[in-house]
Amino acid sequence: MLRVDIAKQLGEFSLSASFESEGRVTGLFGASGAGKTSLINVIAGLLTPDRGSIAVDGETLDDTAAGVHVPPHRRRIGYVFQDARLFPHLDVRQNLDYGRRMNRLADDPAQRRRVTDLLDIGHLMDRRPGKLSGGERQRVALGRALLSKPRLLLLDEPLGSLDEGRKIEILPYLVRLRDEAGVPMVYVSHDAAELRQVATQIVMLQRGRVTSFGGVKVLTPSPR
Amino acid sequence: MFEISPTEWTAVLLSLRVAVIATLVATPFGIALAWLLARRQFWGKSVLDAAVHLPLVLPPVVTGYLLLLTFGKRGLVGQWLADHLGIVFAFRWTGAALACGVMAFPLLVRPIRLSIEAVDRRLEQAAETLGAAPWQVFATVTLPLALPGILAGMVLGFAKAIGEFGATITFVSNIPGETQTISSAIYSLIQTPDGDTAALRLVIVSMVIAMGALMASEWFARRALLRLHGN
Repeated sequence: MLRVDIAKQLGEFSLSASFESEGRVTGLFGASGAGKTSLINVIAGLLTPDRGSIAVDGETLDDTAAGVHVPPHRRRIGYVFQDARLFPHLDVRQNLDYGRRMNRLADDPAQRRRVTDLLDIGHLMDRRPGKLSGGERQRVALGRALLSKPRLLLLDEPLGSLDEGRKIEILPYLVRLRDEAGVPMVYVSHDAAELRQVATQIVMLQRGRVTSFGGVKVLTPSPR
Repeated sequence: MFEISPTEWTAVLLSLRVAVIATLVATPFGIALAWLLARRQFWGKSVLDAAVHLPLVLPPVVTGYLLLLTFGKRGLVGQWLADHLGIVFAFRWTGAALACGVMAFPLLVRPIRLSIEAVDRRLEQAAETLGAAPWQVFATVTLPLALPGILAGMVLGFAKAIGEFGATITFVSNIPGETQTISSAIYSLIQTPDGDTAALRLVIVSMVIAMGALMASEWFARRALLRLHGN
């Protein structure tokens, strides 16, 4: 379960969001500039809220009143960035293994096998990120985040940098991920059609404020 | 003509030892300082930045004299080090290495700083979200990606250290076998009648060392780049 109630001033832009979500995939929907990326950066701990609190599965990660701010590396929150951000000096295998090494987790070949099969990246292991297509890069980034065994996975427009054809190629993987990986996700997108396919709950964000919250139905524009 | 005498060999080997030690000891400090200047905001940063560059703009004699005042036998730091740790710099080859290290420091720090600044911070953030503590981010992402700059800084520092003259001779004088590097040996030989051929031999040796260092650095830089972007 994810509970967010925060305020953050970023220059001229003020972000103030409060919601609770039990959903397997919480879709964070809004136009560009609505504050979606800032909000998940706060959840990831990359930004510190000015005021408020964040809790995942009952564990407090931020609480400005109590002076709590758990740094990103201790949150166990995975993050898939729009631009993949694979490490250019490591091959795919090392990229995938990075989170396990940093968290000093035991080697888990079965899990690695499951994730690489799920994402179809087994044949890319020895390649460098520079030699991957955009879609492959994004799949490896997904695998890398999953293999760090997060309790929550944040996806920031994971299809945003891909063209239409590639999007259709990746979308099924995301749906499989939702149904098989068992990790709750926060999925950021400005594309309602995409969220209808992936999300189970929607948080709608407009100019830094949550304007509606509920099932996928809220994506349908209300008749005037 | 090409018979290099034992005293000349001593100067050559001493120069190499002084420059290698100076570079190796200065590099970790250089990396730490470069990281601080590239990635942190703190009070007095611009003063620190200026202080690092000071040996580059001060006359070397001044730097040497300041070292003598600080690290000499009666110097503030020198006396303490001699009394408590038994480390003596004055008129020893270690003092030559210290002088070379200080003179080489700004040249060492600059490329490292630039290459750390060029490392994409978004990759460092990605590493954090994967569970890497700040020192792990540095060791596994920042450092390897900055490697070409670190090697470039080391080569520049080495080149400066092996050619250093003014600060060294001011601080530790020109004692054959202890503090007489190639530069100070050439200087002495030029002052001596009939020293010309010997001086010329050392000139050739120093040119060979310089060429070797440059070629080695090219090779390292190319390998490092391949490691980073190749397949």
